[in-house]
Amino acid sequence: MALLEIRKVSRRFGNLKALDDVSLSIEAGEFFTLLGPSGCGKTTLLRLIAGFDEPDSGEVLLDAQPLAGIPAEKRPVHTVFQSYALFPHMTVAQNVAFPLQMAGKHPEEIGRRLGEVLEMVHLADKAQQFPNELSGGQKQRVALARALINKPRLLLLDEPLAALDAKLREQITSELIALQRDVGITFVFVTHSQQEALAVSHRVAVMNGGRVEQVGAPEQIYGFPRNRFVADFIGTINLLPVEVRVAGGDALRLVANGLGEIVSTPVAEASTGQRGAYAVRPERVRIFSAGDVCELDNHFQGTVNEHLYLGDVTVYKIALDNGAVLEALLANSTSGRTGFLERGAVVGVGWHRSAGVYLRD
Amino acid sequence: MTRGGRLFGLWTAALAVYAFLYLPLAVVVIFSFNDSLLNAEWVGFTTRWYGQLFENTEMLRAAANSLIIALGAATLATVLGSMAGIALQRWQSGFLRALPFLVLAPVAMPEILLGVSLLLFFRQVLDLTLGLVSILVAHITFSIGFVAIIVRVRLAGLDESLFEAARDLGASPWQTFRWVTLPLILPGILAGFLMSFTLSIDDFVITFFVAGVGVTTLPLQIYSMIKVAVSPEVNAVSTLLMALTLTLIALASKLAPDTLRGRA
Repeated sequence: MALLEIRKVSRRFGNLKALDDVSLSIEAGEFFTLLGPSGCGKTTLLRLIAGFDEPDSGEVLLDAQPLAGIPAEKRPVHTVFQSYALFPHMTVAQNVAFPLQMAGKHPEEIGRRLGEVLEMVHLADKAQQFPNELSGGQKQRVALARALINKPRLLLLDEPLAALDAKLREQITSELIALQRDVGITFVFVTHSQQEALAVSHRVAVMNGGRVEQVGAPEQIYGFPRNRFVADFIGTINLLPVEVRVAGGDALRLVANGLGEIVSTPVAEASTGQRGAYAVRPERVRIFSAGDVCELDNHFQGTVNEHLYLGDVTVYKIALDNGAVLEALLANSTSGRTGFLERGAVVGVGWHRSAGVYLRD
Repeated sequence: MTRGGRLFGLWTAALAVYAFLYLPLAVVVIFSFNDSLLNAEWVGFTTRWYGQLFENTEMLRAAANSLIIALGAATLATVLGSMAGIALQRWQSGFLRALPFLVLAPVAMPEILLGVSLLLFFRQVLDLTLGLVSILVAHITFSIGFVAIIVRVRLAGLDESLFEAARDLGASPWQTFRWVTLPLILPGILAGFLMSFTLSIDDFVITFFVAGVGVTTLPLQIYSMIKVAVSPEVNAVSTLLMALTLTLIALASKLAPDTLRGRA
């Protein structure tokens, strides 16, 4: 039995379906991420789990117990808010000890737990300071310590990194991963940033328009998107409109208008004559000199249209013969312009049949 | 016009406005120290009017009444007004949207109207003997709205997730109020108390209607004294009242700067 079961949950606000028949199950000890653009329902779902809101239909179970009717303060679920929501009139120590104080714990126990938790988030020396004297990263750690001090069954994190600058975000991301591993508490993390989601999660649920589009490990979500939305939302991907020529057998044969045949791995939902899109990630597309013999299943000729030099890699936009523009990544393994492709260069591009996926419309 | 000339014009205008506001008050303060019975010319410095004030038993009784009423009215209006302010901020849907209007209307109501209607209400409906209690109730009536506004503004300036965080971390609704809401709105509550106190201690119009015959407050006493002539004693008591009021207003604006001074 999963730690948290979300069964057919729906929630409307006026005409807006914030959640539309959502079902998910989250295992104990998991770092689970709800990923989606703003307005996709991820925060609504979080608020239902925390107890700030109740679903219109469906149910939420924690440890197989229905949570309906149980107020937020009685749920063994804590939240780290986007704004941190630190109490401005309390010191760091008072903020962090708040859950234990409210539970009426013995002062000796409070003191001991407080010491441990502050040590864990490296804030022992800041115990007597007020939140407005702390940096963004420190506030973040106070909020984490406060939410973890009485060991909830589940920790909810609502875009906790959104208010931090890029450098700090990266550092706190690593800290979060290590923290979750150490405390062993199940984390449910909400974000609109696919990078964050891929970096921290054991599993990701991609949400859109109140529905769950796909659930899976980061590499599954990224490598095998189930539909156009997921493919497009996570990372960059080349999408070519195609029609299925031959389905079944050991290969799926597609045809792209004006380009020719593309060979892909078979998928169950494909049938002959069906229209869809062929999706392939830029880093899976290989670039080679025009005229080189190529034993890749799919290879075409194109012209370098544009390039974006990013330091570690260069992104090439390559116009194919049918006018479609493909993005391809090339690692800059040498310094300077050696091995660099200039605009107008005629090149070959190709990829293995397992590199991309077919997505039906 | 040059920049210097424009600055000079602005400063002159500003000074003229302040003079218009404060010169009459300054005159009262100056003449309260004037060693002459007439408010006509400066004769010399004295504090004897203040001395006389503290031997005037009628005046002292009126002052005592005013303090009792102001303290009582401010305390009760603060409790009720704070509750109203919290309710106004928290429930803003449906017919409750009419509530702010109902609570705040007495603030804008002409005092004379409030005075007359309270008098009618006390005498004709409740058949109450006019005195301390009727004055107290009247003062609470017009103070609640002010407290409610100040407390509401204070609450509106706070992050809603603070209260959610408290509940989330295991605080019951009462614990959330006691440990999070109350400490955070306390400056607003204190400012509301000071405002009510000032409003009560110098109210004349409404008090005049609901005081009855037996009980006199400081403003009523001053009014009865100037029927004869503006004596230096009146100047002295006015100066003291002014000092008290200004101190309280200054304190209140320090406690709730966002309400009384515009957002800093």
